[in-house]
Amino acid sequence: MKKLSKVLAVILVLAVAAALCVALTACKDKEEVELTVGLICLHDNNSTYDKNFIAAMGEVEAATKVKVIYKYNIPEENACYEAAVDLVDQGCDIIFADSFGHEPYMMEAAKKYPNVQFCHATGTNAHTAGIANFHNAFASIYEGRYLAGIAAGLKLNEMIAAGKFTAAEAKMGYVGAYTYAEVMSGYTSFYLGAKSVCPTVTMDVTFTGSWYNEDLERQGAQTLIARGCKLISQHADSMGAPTACEKAGVPNVSYNGSTKADCPNTFIVSSRINWAPYYTYVINAVREAKKNGTAPKIEKDWTGTIATGSVVLTEVNATAAAAGTQEAINNAKAAIENGTLKIFDTSKFTVKGQPLTTYKADVDTDKDRTPDTEVVINGIFEESKFRSAPYFDVEIDGITLLDRNYGN
Amino acid sequence: MTKHETHKKEPLMHISKRMDMKKWQAWLIRLGAFAIALIVCGIVSSILKPGSFGKFYAYLFKGVFGTPRRIWLLLQNIAMLLCVALAVTPAFKMKFWNIGAEGQVLMGALMCALCMFYMGGKAANGVIVLVCFIASMAMGAIWAVIPALFKAQWNTNETLFTLMMNYVAMNLVRFCVNKWSTNGSGVLGILHYGWMPSIGKYTYLLNIIIVAVLTVLLWVYLRFSKHGYELTVVGESTNTARYIGINIKKVIIRTMILSGVICGIAGFLLVSGTSHTVNANLADGRGFTAILVSWLAHFNPAAMALTSSLVVFLDQGSTFAGDSFRLGGSFSDIITGIFFFFIIASEFFINYKVKFRAISKKKEKALAEAVAVATVEVTEEEVR
Repeated sequence: MKKLSKVLAVILVLAVAAALCVALTACKDKEEVELTVGLICLHDNNSTYDKNFIAAMGEVEAATKVKVIYKYNIPEENACYEAAVDLVDQGCDIIFADSFGHEPYMMEAAKKYPNVQFCHATGTNAHTAGIANFHNAFASIYEGRYLAGIAAGLKLNEMIAAGKFTAAEAKMGYVGAYTYAEVMSGYTSFYLGAKSVCPTVTMDVTFTGSWYNEDLERQGAQTLIARGCKLISQHADSMGAPTACEKAGVPNVSYNGSTKADCPNTFIVSSRINWAPYYTYVINAVREAKKNGTAPKIEKDWTGTIATGSVVLTEVNATAAAAGTQEAINNAKAAIENGTLKIFDTSKFTVKGQPLTTYKADVDTDKDRTPDTEVVINGIFEESKFRSAPYFDVEIDGITLLDRNYGN
Repeated sequence: MTKHETHKKEPLMHISKRMDMKKWQAWLIRLGAFAIALIVCGIVSSILKPGSFGKFYAYLFKGVFGTPRRIWLLLQNIAMLLCVALAVTPAFKMKFWNIGAEGQVLMGALMCALCMFYMGGKAANGVIVLVCFIASMAMGAIWAVIPALFKAQWNTNETLFTLMMNYVAMNLVRFCVNKWSTNGSGVLGILHYGWMPSIGKYTYLLNIIIVAVLTVLLWVYLRFSKHGYELTVVGESTNTARYIGINIKKVIIRTMILSGVICGIAGFLLVSGTSHTVNANLADGRGFTAILVSWLAHFNPAAMALTSSLVVFLDQGSTFAGDSFRLGGSFSDIITGIFFFFIIASEFFINYKVKFRAISKKKEKALAEAVAVATVEVTEEEVR
């Protein structure tokens, strides 16, 4: 025992000494970069949603030569405020946060540190909150969903032509997170895209009640497949639905990035928001302002589009996609860009059998969710025009909500 | 007979209970384990991120003590974990395996948020805070007393019962959040009423003081009160307890109410004193980590302050290291996992002796001789 304790004592002393030496030498920071940027993530690379933010930040870091500090696994509570102010302490000039629930804590931090820019993706409050250094951003991802929907419709057509099922049986399935405008806008545009090439298509939607729950997303996809859905897409952040599709051999249109590596036989295409243009826009604005010694000019509420390169589609997977998919997507994309194709054209869908002629959306966030802005203009539901975060929450014909369930 | 003995195969090693360990020796082993864990973590870190061996230690400390704010955050998180650990301690000391602290904290938090949500703007802030505080304690107690009643009345398995109650609590929180959050996003956001006051500009100081006071109170309760004695006896042996006339049912129910009340306070502090919102993950696994904290401290509230500090230090430091190395959120889990592997293992070596074949033969001889001498001495003494 005595021997053992001596050995332990020696080891202990050595360890502490080593730790101290190393700690002292490693404390010096050598990077001297003009700007420091922080990114607060709800999860980390394991979530396709966060991975999309992180990967874009990686590109921007290399291109704009900023120093980036990441904060992973930050929940939507006080920890987000702590993460934000800690990034301020670390010298960040700009702080991005990626999850909806981070917003109120980012706003608190923004009020406290007016010289740091706080940019929050998917939020809804910046345009009314009156905090000069707090900004929201989103992208018109419904355009990307629509294009992905075209790929889905063509795949259905191909399967109908091959005699796998009749045109009347062409039904898609969609795994959503919540019955929230962002999700509803996404699945509706996806459906409209598919319908534009496969007019008989219908769709079932199920909700998991969570933004990230691999088990529930997998089960959701399995339920939809069992109910006769021939093709699946999803708006939730895990690999649950894509892997369930690969296992069942059902084609899948993905989100947030390519899932081809894990699903080589069923992955068709994926739409995603490319955050790099927004990052670059903010970084340039802050750089410019620093040079001139003025306050940076950043839009309160920035909407990325196909034109800004914020809405992108991944490569089409030739193994799973129907022939001619890429051409059809390119044509539609060109039409969206030159303004001849409007996604939420009210002549293309009905609500309870009637065309939608007027709709007031809750654009300015308030507690009671009061509809405040007319968004149907000249027969077009103008999504993302009055606010970057989606507000299309209409239930259109042809789409069946299997549950309105937020959780299980 | 001798022939038989030589052929007997002795196992390579065997384990025996250790009774002679001195306190300082035990601490030396613990510190040794800590040092080894520190080195192993550095090695693991440099495997995951080549060249990070030294930086790992730097970041580990920088992430915790780097700025005054980080130190406050450390103290705040220690207070929160310690509060839950205090809550589970009386129950565990009674050998009532309450793994439902997570749910009890959540129910306290939910009740607090409920009061903030419905009373917001309709009453003075002080009134709301007071109602929140009482309601949280009551709800925590209710959530804890249900399995206790079943255990006392029908001897149901409290481990399964309390575990399942966690999931009920989580989904109740989800249900309420979805009811209250108006846009369907499943996120409640900050509630602007019923915030616990802060002392000066120190946001977390009041939380920390409350938990410190609780720690002392619980220490006194366990150590000096009749209740504390009774629950210890029930934990040691129910037969003894029955024999000396302790009402076991009453003790179980009373202790679990206490457990639940403290969990409720933890929930209150998390909502009214910290996040001002509620979600299903608000307890963040503290209900389970608290068991480790309490157990490692041998159910001593003062020692729990130390063990919870260790847990929070490791978590905060390794999270900072993981962020800095861009290794993602799992890095801190790996590091804390390694640490506790070593620290729990050290408890094993404190309580047990491992003897190997070759060494033990010699030592056994020596031991046998020593025992013989000792017996002779003892008998001589008795004779005198």
